[in-house]
Amino acid sequence: MTFSASVVPMGGNGANGAAKHHVLSVLVENKSGVLARIAQLFSRRGYNIYSLSVAPTEDDRFSRVTIVVDVESAPLEQITKQLHKLINVLKISEINASQAVEYELLLGSISTSSESRSEIIELVRIFDGKIVDVGFDKLTVMLAGSPKTLDDFEALLAMYPIVEIQRTGRVALQKLDRSAPTRARSKSGKAS
Amino acid sequence: MQLTGAQALIKSLEMEQVEVIFGLPGGAILPVYDPLLDSTIRHILVRHEQGAGHAAEGYAHVTGRPGVAMVTSGPAATNIVTALADAYMDSIPLVVITGQVGTTLIGTDAFQEADTTGITMSVTKHNWLVTDASQIPTVVREAFHVATTGRPGPVLIDLPKDVSNQLMEWYWPESVDLPGYKPTLKGHPKMIQEAAKLISKALRPVLYVGGGVLRADATKELLTLAEHCGIPVVTTLMARGAFPDENPLCLGMPGMHGNYTAVTSMQKSDLLITLGARFDDRVTGNVAGFAPYAKVIHVDIDPAELGKIRNPDVPIVGDLKLVIPELTKEIKKLKVDIKAQLEPWIAELATWREKFPLTYQQDPSGRPLKPQYVIERLRQMAPPDTIVVSGVGQHQMWASQFWKFNHPNTWVNSGGLGTMGFAVPAALGAKVGRPDKVVWAIDGDGCFQMTAQELVTATAERIPIKVAILNNAYLGMVRQWQEMFYDQRYSEVYLSPDLPDYVKWAEAMGCVGIRVDSADEVQVAIEKANSINDRPVVIDFRTDTWEKVFPMVPAGKTNDEIVIGPQEMENK
Ligand SMILES: Cc1ncc(C[n+]2csc(CCOP(=O)(O)OP(=O)(O)O)c2C)c(N)n1
Ligand SMILES: [Mg+2]
Repeated sequence: MTFSASVVPMGGNGANGAAKHHVLSVLVENKSGVLARIAQLFSRRGYNIYSLSVAPTEDDRFSRVTIVVDVESAPLEQITKQLHKLINVLKISEINASQAVEYELLLGSISTSSESRSEIIELVRIFDGKIVDVGFDKLTVMLAGSPKTLDDFEALLAMYPIVEIQRTGRVALQKLDRSAPTRARSKSGKAS
Repeated sequence: MQLTGAQALIKSLEMEQVEVIFGLPGGAILPVYDPLLDSTIRHILVRHEQGAGHAAEGYAHVTGRPGVAMVTSGPAATNIVTALADAYMDSIPLVVITGQVGTTLIGTDAFQEADTTGITMSVTKHNWLVTDASQIPTVVREAFHVATTGRPGPVLIDLPKDVSNQLMEWYWPESVDLPGYKPTLKGHPKMIQEAAKLISKALRPVLYVGGGVLRADATKELLTLAEHCGIPVVTTLMARGAFPDENPLCLGMPGMHGNYTAVTSMQKSDLLITLGARFDDRVTGNVAGFAPYAKVIHVDIDPAELGKIRNPDVPIVGDLKLVIPELTKEIKKLKVDIKAQLEPWIAELATWREKFPLTYQQDPSGRPLKPQYVIERLRQMAPPDTIVVSGVGQHQMWASQFWKFNHPNTWVNSGGLGTMGFAVPAALGAKVGRPDKVVWAIDGDGCFQMTAQELVTATAERIPIKVAILNNAYLGMVRQWQEMFYDQRYSEVYLSPDLPDYVKWAEAMGCVGIRVDSADEVQVAIEKANSINDRPVVIDFRTDTWEKVFPMVPAGKTNDEIVIGPQEMENK
């Protein structure tokens, strides 16, 4: 996969992929075409994106792009340096999994039978998920959690007839420094 | 003061002290061509938009100021893409303005609509689609800032027709506000000290100088550094002229067609002091075998160049204009007699130079006429600071090898992209930028046919450039590869020496046309060309079809496998 926004391979291979994946949190100007510039840069330089998510930040002049990159395609340092050359890119932080809060969302529709229905509801409860839609013979479940938790959940769901699963790709923020006032605050304070 | 977007654009260009625009109008840019009539800015009407782009590049190469081109939407915008890509590869500051269909038509496949910002994204440093006339002064200011600062490069402003017609309240921004763009200029002092230490200990150092030194206007600083330490210098294809060829420390051009001493000095070096160069594959050959014993100091204003191809031992991000003097200062502090230390190295280089000079043989009968002989005669008969512009191919390599460049910004060529057709329009732009200098384009017959129509522009605008076509009747560089690496199976490389008739063609374009068939006629022809200053001159030099460029490092081979000349080729 050269580039694909918000596409996460099915089947929960996140665990074995962990080592070759790095998370970049990229603060960009909220201008039209910025995502195209990032996508284009990755494709032109032959870097692979594993997953990507974009949304405006607390300050609507900026957006945060969370990119999970495949570092087997190029050294991370080259990727960040090239990204930095984009005029609209303000800041890039590499998010180290051990020092970050990482979340991802999963939605899944599963065909149910009378026996499996309660098992699935139980499974969702154990994982702290939610049933968000109920059909005659199907359930749609939702789980937000770390990518690893989602992998585990997805593996267990696979025992049932899955109609469809959609994951968002992860978003991440650096863990807060407990010894000092929050960095995130002072940052947005300066920006506004 | 209320202005239309078009008026605001022209006024903004005036504020940026633009003196000349190369361009060609059309529907979407029509509104801007009207206020242009009332402006002091000179406009040069090219015959093809690619020519506008290359002319702007030639102008930027020789003046150090950004070249400006303006064209309409759709096909005009796509026509200028080659020049943008060329400028991007060689870090040439350009500001290109394209017309665009009206904002309400964007995305509807309107007449002459093209996704210009999308198409040019990967060949510009940045581009802007203007959606409101009030943005124009800000965008122009930002565009010139981005094009000329940090690592220079081309930028593009796409201007929809309705935005050109829209009224806005004129203002001129005091400063630029680009929070994501802050080039690092000052080198890290610790790193500079480290570099100085390495230099003071090296026994076989080489200054590996690239086009960045010219872009940074740091040639004087380089001369001081090199002469203080007595370190030999190689100048890449992009850096010819950044260090004077006549200086005894200058080893000339390295790379695929570099001379033996320049190439081998790097192979045997223990320290490459890399200044504004980027380890291009045409310089390194097979990277795994490139300069195997060398530590590397790498100074560049673009952090992404450091470690892209070769990991430096000492990386320094910064502007060469500032870093080189700092480095010299640090070296002086160490009080090491570097010159004495380098005596054996300099002596060894001298023996190579003597043993393996660049050579060719002009037969005394005058035929066949050797291209290298033509270049040497052109040089001997030209003023010392003549600007030489070349196309791409064998003639380019011979021009780089056999001209002697002793002044910065006198060599204009397409290095990174290797764009055939560059020479004629770039020469035109160079002459516009430096009307006081003689400008010779040394072109190939193949290249000439790609953009020759800009000689019509040159005649019409009274831009007296001189063009020497080294007419070998072939796409010579490709022919050379087919001869050497494809068993002499010549496939689609023959052009014919007299189709077209270059003299008649030149005359039809308002130039003086001269034909030269043998070495005996060279002197008279050049004298005649030199005496003409009121119109362009084209000399059709009928040169030896079979001449090859040597030395050569065959593609994929390491620089140790350099082939010095045809004799050696036959022995292999
Ligand atoms: C636009 C473009 N097309 C193709 C090439 C590939 N190419 C490189 S050199 C060359 C031959 C150039 O022929 P000519 O201008 O006659 O120069 P010569 O090598 O004969 O001196 C070609 C086709 C190129 N560099 N640029
Ligand atoms: Mg030729």
